[in-house]
Amino acid sequence: MALPSYATPVERIWHYAFNVICGLIFFFLIAPIIVIIPLAFNAEPYFTFTREMLTFDPQGYSLRWFDNLFSSSEWMSSIRNSFIISIASTIVATALGTLAALGLNRPSMPARGLITAVLISPMIVPLIITAAALFSFFARAGLSQTFPGIILSHVVLGTPFVVLTVTASLAGFNETLIRASQSLGANQTRTFFKVILPLLLPGVISGALFAFVTSLDEVVIVNFMAGPEQTPMTVRMFSGLREEISPTILALASLLVALSILLLSTLEMIRRRNERLRGMSPG
Amino acid sequence: MASSRKTSRAPILAADGTPLKQALHRSQRAERRRAFALVAPLLFFLLIVFVVPILAMIWRSVYNPEIRGYLPQTAAALQEWDGEDVPPEPVFQAMAADMIVGIENRTIGRAAARINREIPGARSTVMRTARKVDGWSAPYREKFLDADGDWANLELWHILKRESRLLTPTYYLLAVDYEYNSKGEIAPRPEIYQVYTGLFFRTAWMSILITLICVVLAYPISYMLATQPTRIANLLLILVLLPFWTSLLVRTSAWIVLLQQQGVINELLVAVGVIGDDGRLRMIYNRTGTIVAMTHILLPFMVLPLYSVMKTIPPSYLRAAKSLGAHPFRAWWRVYFPLTVPGLAAGCILVFILAIGYYITPALVGGDSGIFISNLIAQNMQGSSAQLKLAAALATILLVAVLIVYWVFNKLVGVDRLKFG
Amino acid sequence: MKRVLILTGTVAAIAFGGAIAQDKQLTIVSWGGAYSKSQIEAYHKPYTEKTGVEILNEDKSANALAGIRAQVEAGNVTWDVVDMLQADAQRACDEGLVMEVPHDEWLKAAPDGTPASKDFIEGTLGPCFIPQILYATMFAYNTEAFPDGGPQTVVDVWDVEKFPGTRALQQIPQKNLEWALLADGVETDKVYEVLATEEGQDRAFAKLDEIKDNVIWWSEGAQPPQMLADKEAVIATAYNGRIFNAQVNEDQPFEIMWDHQMFETDGWVVPVDTGNLDTIKDYLAFATDTQRLADQAKYISYGPARKSSAPLVGMLEGTDIDMKPHMPTNPKNLETAIPFDVQFWADYGDALEERFNAWVAG
Repeated sequence: MALPSYATPVERIWHYAFNVICGLIFFFLIAPIIVIIPLAFNAEPYFTFTREMLTFDPQGYSLRWFDNLFSSSEWMSSIRNSFIISIASTIVATALGTLAALGLNRPSMPARGLITAVLISPMIVPLIITAAALFSFFARAGLSQTFPGIILSHVVLGTPFVVLTVTASLAGFNETLIRASQSLGANQTRTFFKVILPLLLPGVISGALFAFVTSLDEVVIVNFMAGPEQTPMTVRMFSGLREEISPTILALASLLVALSILLLSTLEMIRRRNERLRGMSPG
Repeated sequence: MASSRKTSRAPILAADGTPLKQALHRSQRAERRRAFALVAPLLFFLLIVFVVPILAMIWRSVYNPEIRGYLPQTAAALQEWDGEDVPPEPVFQAMAADMIVGIENRTIGRAAARINREIPGARSTVMRTARKVDGWSAPYREKFLDADGDWANLELWHILKRESRLLTPTYYLLAVDYEYNSKGEIAPRPEIYQVYTGLFFRTAWMSILITLICVVLAYPISYMLATQPTRIANLLLILVLLPFWTSLLVRTSAWIVLLQQQGVINELLVAVGVIGDDGRLRMIYNRTGTIVAMTHILLPFMVLPLYSVMKTIPPSYLRAAKSLGAHPFRAWWRVYFPLTVPGLAAGCILVFILAIGYYITPALVGGDSGIFISNLIAQNMQGSSAQLKLAAALATILLVAVLIVYWVFNKLVGVDRLKFG
Repeated sequence: MKRVLILTGTVAAIAFGGAIAQDKQLTIVSWGGAYSKSQIEAYHKPYTEKTGVEILNEDKSANALAGIRAQVEAGNVTWDVVDMLQADAQRACDEGLVMEVPHDEWLKAAPDGTPASKDFIEGTLGPCFIPQILYATMFAYNTEAFPDGGPQTVVDVWDVEKFPGTRALQQIPQKNLEWALLADGVETDKVYEVLATEEGQDRAFAKLDEIKDNVIWWSEGAQPPQMLADKEAVIATAYNGRIFNAQVNEDQPFEIMWDHQMFETDGWVVPVDTGNLDTIKDYLAFATDTQRLADQAKYISYGPARKSSAPLVGMLEGTDIDMKPHMPTNPKNLETAIPFDVQFWADYGDALEERFNAWVAG
């Protein structure tokens, strides 16, 4: 996108204007997320930059909101609940979703279009509808206000991502590799672990990460379904945001931003490794 | 000749001696079964834990057991009633019998609550009479009419008769701001009660608006991402992916922090002197808040498909068009833009589908002018005046709308084209 | 695969284990915030100390009626005791969702021997309802917004010229419609009579229309003090206990306007088909005795529902602030008060709520 030397003045102006516009849009995307991190260190219970903060006076900053967060048994137990729910539902969703994607990838799969549409539908149906439906259903089954009920509903939400990412990673999959492996004397199990799995793994891991984040971030269903013993951090954040937004929420929020940076880097690493593995150029 | 005809007629055999066609067929069937067996666990899981609950919800939206269940004898007796005048003695006798059972089982209030939805105040009429009825004896008609003048109200009896059917469209009528009038005809509700159609339309136009803003914002940056050298593009991509991977609640709270009256932007404007301390802008808890926050949250869903399509368009196409004498804009419009349409379509439909079902963000930053239909569904599921069946009807309408868009999307783009990250 | 199975098993064990570890516990549903804290201090903590029963507090009272309906309908009741408004309790009772309570059998008599049913303030008892406190909803304002003096009457609240700024009202028709009629000149004792007519309802909504542009809505009791503190609003309707807490604990410059306060009763109900009735009865007898009700008033400025508790009300815990003048039942605060009409809202609630929601969204 470098400007050629023969560009007309109009093109030049357009070029710089375009860069400025793009810069503003990127700023719009990233600024809100960045801005909450320093505010979580505010020494005062306000949601704005104090004079001390702007002059980088150490007095203006403190860890009191993180302290609040970590010393509150309610927040800590809700964070623990969130991780129990997310980890359990991710494991189940990944197992079910990966199997299904393997099946969908077989050329002999009957009614592929219809079945794919059904498997993806939990991602499409608005959450409030899923919540309304599952709430009554699980109440009848005696599963509302229990961990298994919440975990199952999050499995529903997580599987489409696993199906999609694993299918995508299988799409570039070369069937001849299996035949090559088998002709070289590997049995089916060995072929699966030595050839299929390494190629599949990036899709599985990114699918699992998606399922994990979806569950960790979910608030609509758990808001209806969780009892006091299962209350996850999102429900606490949601009611906190509605009632009295305290900087403690911002402390948790900035930790979550750190978590998403971590996840993003993991994913990026997997992607690069995957591209190297397949000998494809990035991009 | 003869022998050759003979061999061509004889079926080709597989190694185990069965005809090849049959063997192939069988192995294909086995192959299909194996493929299906892999999908089956998830498919059955989703059928039980997702599809069945949704079907049950749709069933609930038309299922109307209250009158038939809690006033069974009255419902039966009313079938004979011509509707012209206050019902005859047998109907009142049946009502008295139902009430005695209803008081005993403590279910009469449920029937009363159902009627009260149609006629305000009917709850008291039913409850007050039901508490007295045990001490009465036949004939009942006079005693009912003496106890409460509302028993002479024909509308009450018409409603009882109408709502004694097991399946009712009542909740769908309510969901589109229609109702049965006193003559039993379907008619629009009085304007002061109309809310749902307006909200369906608001949800639709605000979702379209958000989608359009997303297009306008996503197109330039996707183009930039696609045309920059890989190293820079990857760095810029992080600016898109980080919001994408960040918790929805975190992003919404960020916007609350930025936009509220004591928030960062207002403080900044006051400090700079653009506005006075009493002229703080109201940017949140209204439509603006919803649009800004949702655009921010959904923008990556537009950028990612657009970018993945633009990445595949060789820049030489544009150069070729220009070198052939096309004005840069014309070259872009005739050559480049059509090639990006698939990505644009995928992004638009994705953003639109996600937007019309949004609940959390409008609930937190929408105030009352920025809420969506989802928020009214939630409202009807909670509170002391919760109407679960109306919520189910509204949810079903929204679901159908979403499924239509999904179906169109599947036809045009294909769900397997959805990519993340 | 094996490892995955083991992991799943472990997580499932944690998940299920948490749910069945405690056999002696009560799930109590309440309103959250300062109110739940006062119950925890006055009732739950001493009760757990005395009996070892663990108490789980769930902040779902705002949706209690819908919640009990759903649980009873599904045949899976998980709530043991629910804190509810009297109006909702009456509806739940009529619908057979909560147990009928033999008050004198379940609850303790007053110290002087007056049976429980005679000890509660007249009009607060219901067939399924055990009264706990009387609380007021009224207007309050931030004094910093009105250096020359804040609004004194409901009419002032409607005067956006004299008292400019945003009003925060609760997003329900209850009480707002009554105040609108009062501001429009309807006499206190005629309010419900007028509101039962269609013209009266039109009149109330027309009056609300006058200030609609200056209104933001709240739905949780914790919001109005927050909105006043943040100056999102300068006048707000609120529960008196929440404003009192903000005044005392957070030193907020708030002033309560007692003019035409509306008071109502809040108390306990027990959903039908709940499991451990003996523990529930034991808890309720403990938590609603004369001393305990008076104790709650040490933490929040709501009036105890037992007459015998009133003389025992003392100072705010850890301070020398006398609680009596801050009670909604204090005679001075009751001068222009309107009792909230439970029966009226049981009858007209559905229709008026629908109209109100349409009006708010429109």
